[in-house]
Amino acid sequence: MWDWIESAFSLWESGLFWLFAVVACGGAVSVVISQNVVRMALGLIVSLSSVSALFFMMSADFVGATQLMVYVGGTIVLVIFGVMLTSSSKLVKIKASPADGALAAGIGVLFLATIAFTVGSVESWKASANPETRGYNYVEGGPATGNTLRPLAMSFVGLRPDAPGRSGYLLPFEIVSVHLLVVLVGAAYLARAKRRVPTDSQQQS
Amino acid sequence: MHPLLAAPEFEWAPLLLGVLHVALVGAFFGLPAGIFIWAERKVSARIQDRLGPTRTGGRFGWLQSAADGAKLIQKEDLAPKAADQFLFKLAPYIVVVASFSAFMFLPFADGWAAVDSDVGLFMMLAMLSLEVIGVILAGWSSASKWALFGAIREAAQMVSYEIPMAICSLVPIVLLGTLNLNEIVQIQAGDWQGGFPPMFNWMIFHPVAGPAFICYFVCATASCKRAPFDLAEAESELVAGFLTEYSGMRWSFFFLAEYASMYAVSGIAAILFLGGWDDGLGIHSWLKNLGWGGALAANLFGAVVLMKKASVLVFLQIWVRWTLPRLRIDQVMTTCLKYLIPIACTLFLAAVVYPLILVSATGRPMILPLEATGERVGHPSANDRIWHGAEAETASLSEGDE
Repeated sequence: MWDWIESAFSLWESGLFWLFAVVACGGAVSVVISQNVVRMALGLIVSLSSVSALFFMMSADFVGATQLMVYVGGTIVLVIFGVMLTSSSKLVKIKASPADGALAAGIGVLFLATIAFTVGSVESWKASANPETRGYNYVEGGPATGNTLRPLAMSFVGLRPDAPGRSGYLLPFEIVSVHLLVVLVGAAYLARAKRRVPTDSQQQS
Repeated sequence: MHPLLAAPEFEWAPLLLGVLHVALVGAFFGLPAGIFIWAERKVSARIQDRLGPTRTGGRFGWLQSAADGAKLIQKEDLAPKAADQFLFKLAPYIVVVASFSAFMFLPFADGWAAVDSDVGLFMMLAMLSLEVIGVILAGWSSASKWALFGAIREAAQMVSYEIPMAICSLVPIVLLGTLNLNEIVQIQAGDWQGGFPPMFNWMIFHPVAGPAFICYFVCATASCKRAPFDLAEAESELVAGFLTEYSGMRWSFFFLAEYASMYAVSGIAAILFLGGWDDGLGIHSWLKNLGWGGALAANLFGAVVLMKKASVLVFLQIWVRWTLPRLRIDQVMTTCLKYLIPIACTLFLAAVVYPLILVSATGRPMILPLEATGERVGHPSANDRIWHGAEAETASLSEGDE
């Protein structure tokens, strides 16, 4: 009896993985199937939150938290726009013709097949069990556990305590931040109150 | 995690610990919320020269929250006919779960956090920001104009106030050099030095972080949609805002989440600016060094201290609610975009520049004749494998940022 309980508990990690994986896929499917814009957004939130839960299970706290903050938080803004653009006729359903559905399904399956084929063909991702064919990104002692923020942050400022001699990610990090700054400035420029162009009559007076 | 628990025959231990943590955090999530609902009634009554609840449960009516809860459970679970039934019923749960999850990262005493994460503060803010999803879904699915108005107001308010709130909470992070809530308090704690109590290590006495505390507290009040920022509810304009169509237990879930998130943001404020579980007079560190059982006593004492500090801040929020009138939506937006965001950005810049100026002028990052900060107690759970062979680099870095 005790052995049975123990073995059942030892499966909790893979059980949680399957739970969140199924919920993530279910949420994504419900985005496509649902005909109501707010329910679609809810499906998106469910799917993205489950992905962040998968990140937490892999000890990638920072990525998981960012997923929640940026993607799930960004979906809120999406909901607001959905509500604002459809609030006068909330019961209108979004319908597509069967031909559109078939076309979309075909493209989706092809895309999934492409990704699955690509993932399966990367030698260094599937070979970690075999020491002969280990890829360059194999880490001794298995994947990282515990608090992974500090090494991550260090590699963003160009230090790699986990792999001495290898360069960090300072340049990509800076490029991305400058890019985001440009986007912010552009958004502020587009959204600002426009100055009135003085007409001829005002200029004369 | 204790090394014993990592043994293969204890593989199920993390699950057991998880259940235990959730139960404990659930108690600290629900009970204070009930007490604060009672406090809100009492404080509002006293401010308005009334008595408030006096009969339920003896002289001060301290059983009022329990009586309310019993009443609300018995009420019929109604949903309007025109509502989107599924979303209408789901929304209160989203709000409660988001507010509850934030508590998983709050350390109640030294190391007493359900999840001791290096991104604790970031996680708490991310979890608390999810609460708005439930409010928007509630407002939209009610199929009522009042509810929709309330939800859209709440969305606009939340999206804007999150920015200064996050920037203000970055100020102590920059000064202390860690996002781990446990370490933030460990650095602020200390001993008596040169006649100064260790209280002066708290961030609120820092010339930059002190103003940031006030700015943070205003934003935190707004993010809990408390008066004077309670535009989502606005009972004198919008009936009850996003709550208009709710009744019974689902209605009370929204209130449970509101009071719990008041407690959560106050807990963050206490940890970031008020020294967390450190009492400021050295009692905590004295208890800790007593020897056998001293650490446990120190932690129990620290948990009481932290809850006291957070409760005082919750009391402040209640006080403000019953003293100030509600702002208009344009005034709310002006307060945030034209005042709070520039103030927060200036403080953030000052937090970066001030230590540099002070170090170059006096050679020390502080004015008071104290040691710079308390001791940073290392994390045994930090990723030892990755740090192996890089101690020298780490040591030079941690000297640099303290």
